[in-house]
Amino acid sequence: MAEVSCRKVVKEYDAGVQAVKGIDLDISDHEFVVLVGPSGCGKSTTLRMIAGLEEVTSGEIWIDGDVVNDVPPRDRDIAMVFQNYALYPHMSVFDNMAFGLKLRKFPKQEISRRVDEAARILDITPLLDRKPRALSGGQRQRVAMGRAIVRNPKVFLFDEPLSNLDAKLRVQMRTEIKKVHQTVRTTTVYVTHDQIEAMTLADRVVVMNGGNIEQVGAPQELYHHPATRFVAGFIGSPAMNFLPCRVQDGTNGGLAVRVTDSITLPIPPARMDRYGKFKDRSMILGLRPEHLFEYHEQAKPGWTRVELPVDVVEPMGMETMVHFFVDGVPVCARVDPATHAEPNEILPLTADLNQMHLMEPETGRVV
Amino acid sequence: MSTTVAERRIAVAAQRKHSLHRSRMWALWGSYIALSVFVVMFLVPPFYTLMTSLKSSAEISAQTGSPWLVRHPTLENFWYLITYPNFQRYYLNSIIVTILTVAVSMVISVLAAFSLSRMGFWGSQTLSTGVFLTYLVPPSLLFIPLFQIIGQLGLINNFWCLVLLYPTLAVPFCTWIMIGYFSSIPKELDEAALIDGAGYLQMLWKIFIPVAMPGIIAATIFAFTVSWGAFLYPLAYLYTSNQMVLTVGIISDLIRGDVFQWGKIMAACLLASLPPIVIYAFLMDYYVAGLTAGATKG
Repeated sequence: MAEVSCRKVVKEYDAGVQAVKGIDLDISDHEFVVLVGPSGCGKSTTLRMIAGLEEVTSGEIWIDGDVVNDVPPRDRDIAMVFQNYALYPHMSVFDNMAFGLKLRKFPKQEISRRVDEAARILDITPLLDRKPRALSGGQRQRVAMGRAIVRNPKVFLFDEPLSNLDAKLRVQMRTEIKKVHQTVRTTTVYVTHDQIEAMTLADRVVVMNGGNIEQVGAPQELYHHPATRFVAGFIGSPAMNFLPCRVQDGTNGGLAVRVTDSITLPIPPARMDRYGKFKDRSMILGLRPEHLFEYHEQAKPGWTRVELPVDVVEPMGMETMVHFFVDGVPVCARVDPATHAEPNEILPLTADLNQMHLMEPETGRVV
Repeated sequence: MSTTVAERRIAVAAQRKHSLHRSRMWALWGSYIALSVFVVMFLVPPFYTLMTSLKSSAEISAQTGSPWLVRHPTLENFWYLITYPNFQRYYLNSIIVTILTVAVSMVISVLAAFSLSRMGFWGSQTLSTGVFLTYLVPPSLLFIPLFQIIGQLGLINNFWCLVLLYPTLAVPFCTWIMIGYFSSIPKELDEAALIDGAGYLQMLWKIFIPVAMPGIIAATIFAFTVSWGAFLYPLAYLYTSNQMVLTVGIISDLIRGDVFQWGKIMAACLLASLPPIVIYAFLMDYYVAGLTAGATKG
């Protein structure tokens, strides 16, 4: 078990392209940290630098109190699980898991004890004699995890381990990975582009974009208090609605955001101080689909009625997504499935402005 | 009304199925005809060789009856060769030269292919192209300059010079085959091995060679064929019968002046073809593609 730290880590490729632009990150012992972001955001490169599979252009990577920039992967005491499993096709499951221990000259009994133990944790004991080609995708991924567990390394690294599995299996294996971490408590760095995986697995989520870290925080913190428009849009599904607006005087001496000529939403009194200094400025209003729902007669403080023409209705069973256009900007609402919504009809909705976010259009910073 | 529509649909479907069946039948007939021509072209010479080898010299020169049939089959040609010390010598020389050539070529080309395809050093791309280009130079252009080199090494009329020369023919192509095979192995497999604690040589020995076995077998068969069947170099560099290999030994020993001992020549050809036939048959069983199935998502 160990801490992992990145200090001003930069990765520059030959053509002068910077994949990682000087990130700082501290991961504490036993922690499960997920790096998440769109393709090309530098998350995999960061993981591969921690693994030692990519050289660090500048900056330092620390594992367990030592700078490991020049330490080869095998001496870093890490284990990695790859997206495509990377099992050795000519070896049985047992040999795949034992390979690292054999290379490190562990005694035979110790090897079989550890492999049996890992196989028990992952529920793959009956598969130990099989070759990888005789396994299903989920079983292969378990074997890949078993190969990591038997080594009992300081750090686990996962590089999009569930992306090759079908949707159902992915959910199942996600739980499995969480369970394994709860059992072995090894410091884990996990890379994914799937924000749901990030939210469900992580102690802390690191959102990356364009080679920089946008925000680091617990899943709930990122959801409720995104620091930037990027994080606000990336975390949560369907994505947050973003509407250009203007902060102006409201009724009764309050403030309001004017979205269109016909839609002006009063800002809750609790937010007056925070948003007061942005009066008469163009801003971006952020409101999650779950905070735009069917109209209720008994409104709570901060709830406002809006009426929008329905574009598309998507029933999901437990809820229904309704899509609208407000001045050409797409907006999504999450309504009760009992709500009657038809395309081209006007649907009355409630906007819960207690949950609103306001962003600066130039910087994308959430104010 | 609806019944007639349904019936018509069924009829159309049946017709379509029928025409599909017909076009498949034509394709099959085409294949059989093409394959028959191919089989006849390639199997008639060995058949004629076998027939001639089973005839006595008298029957061959008699020129009566069909030359495709044997009237008095005899093994005398084979027996003569098996007990003929020169022929035994040629056979042994060929075996020694081939085993050493295959071993040397495979060691060089596997190491070369691994470093060129996986270690990604400066200039590795250019070098891989260079390796292939050397294969394009015809051996008949090289044998005169090579004669000088072999002469300076004092290896003229010494079959060991072939162990030196054959790899120059086999290595480029074998390396090229192996580069292709190694490149098809997913990069994550070596990264997993690196993290598991393997060095480059362990990675090669424990992961790459077993996984690329079909490629290695293909390259081995090629090196074997080059070495066993080469004619020009031994003809140019060897002239005494104790140094000769099968290809030149047969023609220089069994053709005396203008006397062609056809029966013995044909029998010698058959005996010389035995090792390739056995090796092909044996290695083809191991030549199973798709060994990498299951390594990664595929």
